[in-house]
Amino acid sequence: MKRSLVAFIFFTSLVGIWQILVSARIWSPVLLPPPIDVARYLWAALQDGSLAEGTWVTMKRLLLGYLIGCVIGLPLGLATARSKYLSDTLGVLALGLQTLPSVCWVPLALLWFGQSEAAMLFVVIMGTLWSVLIAVDNGARNLPPIYVRAARTMGSKGLHTLLKVILPASLRFVVSGMKQGWAFAWRSLMAAEIYVTLLTGYGLGHLLHFGRELNAMDQVIGVMLIIVSIGLAADKVLFSPCERFLQKRWGTAA
Amino acid sequence: MSANAELINPPPAKLVVDRVTKSFKSQSGWLKALDDVSLTVGEGEFVCLVGPSGCGKSTLLNLIAGLDTPESGTLSSDGAPIIGPGRERGVMFQEHALFPWLDVLGNVLFGLQLKPSLNKAERIDIAKYYLQLVGLGRFVHANVHELSGGMKQRVALARALAPNPRILCMDEPFAALDAMTREHLYADLQDIWAKRKKTIIFVTHNVREAVCLGDRVVLFSPNPGRIREEFRITLPRNRDINSVELAEHATLITRTLKQHNTTTNTSE
Repeated sequence: MKRSLVAFIFFTSLVGIWQILVSARIWSPVLLPPPIDVARYLWAALQDGSLAEGTWVTMKRLLLGYLIGCVIGLPLGLATARSKYLSDTLGVLALGLQTLPSVCWVPLALLWFGQSEAAMLFVVIMGTLWSVLIAVDNGARNLPPIYVRAARTMGSKGLHTLLKVILPASLRFVVSGMKQGWAFAWRSLMAAEIYVTLLTGYGLGHLLHFGRELNAMDQVIGVMLIIVSIGLAADKVLFSPCERFLQKRWGTAA
Repeated sequence: MSANAELINPPPAKLVVDRVTKSFKSQSGWLKALDDVSLTVGEGEFVCLVGPSGCGKSTLLNLIAGLDTPESGTLSSDGAPIIGPGRERGVMFQEHALFPWLDVLGNVLFGLQLKPSLNKAERIDIAKYYLQLVGLGRFVHANVHELSGGMKQRVALARALAPNPRILCMDEPFAALDAMTREHLYADLQDIWAKRKKTIIFVTHNVREAVCLGDRVVLFSPNPGRIREEFRITLPRNRDINSVELAEHATLITRTLKQHNTTTNTSE
């Protein structure tokens, strides 16, 4: 209770400082609109549905691509950790591609898939896949060998060992990898949406882009606030429960 | 099958190690961890393997557990050759090796879940029985990191016992614990051994511990790893590690151990 009060005061003061800066008239209100204008934009955008639609379009692209990236990355990461050959080939490729900022995939995706949903999906998958793969590989590789030995003495082998021992034992790495994958996917999708206009749906990135074209700073700041809120919400809904579980079981911060 | 049926003991196994040799590559060349070692362990016998580090006692335990394979020679339990790890041979390591992603009950259930003849309720009954047996009935849902070192080894013991193995291999399981905790566990392990009728192979470098627990103490010597001498301990059970008779036995064995060390040192 006390903590939420502190947080409330902090964010209210931020808005207060913002208002003071606007009232001081250091910058033109076109460049720095008052908070009430941003609130008004958000309210209007909520009413006409453009915000809800933008959020929906963006989240759909993000979640689908992210899911596919994780589903491919997880088994591949386990595979590269277990096999020397895969580690020397796919592992090196993944390491290289992971260092590539995922927005760099956008031009390639546009040439391959055109201005389509497929291009967006491709960019998100590329953003997710490699960091998930690397993290799972890393986790499974740095496993204390005693776990697998102990499991073998109890009759565990093959797929059972992989799913019931190696995967849960690397859970901390898996979660941090998925978190990083999420961040990369989110960034690359925003970049792609700002960069490319798709007629199949206007995402949050497009709203941001239109804001700039219309010189509507209230819209730019408003959409940015929404993007930040989604990032925070994802952390709270998707990752915080996992991290709490890890903390409870392992007794250490993940 | 019911939980009660599962809890009934199969006859403890007889173990035969026949002329086993095993070498490891070290920086200074090949090291003979075991050189032509033979050992027969009777049904329900509690055998302690003792010796200085590098004498091959843990190597032999790993071979019995099936975690490693010998270069030459054979191992068999109840006439069946040992070719890999198996549920009929439970293992307890020096580190507790408990799985931190499972709670205490989940750890004990791990091996039971690989027994297809049981249903879920039976598995839980059996796991709880063994947690009760090691004195942790109240910690069923605790997380591993919340337990003390001694409690973790108790869980590890329950986990090794739960699939009802016929042989229990223990690799210095109490070495990392404090003296008080260890003494409790000596008493409990003797009780459990009497109650659950297992063949136990117990590796230690602590001679007193070996005399306290074993029917037989097998003394190893290093470079190359060989069995030097065997001692049969006939002291009445349960034995107290602090008793005078036990200390006398231990002194005798320690003397043999030292004698060997001096002869090898002068010959080198």
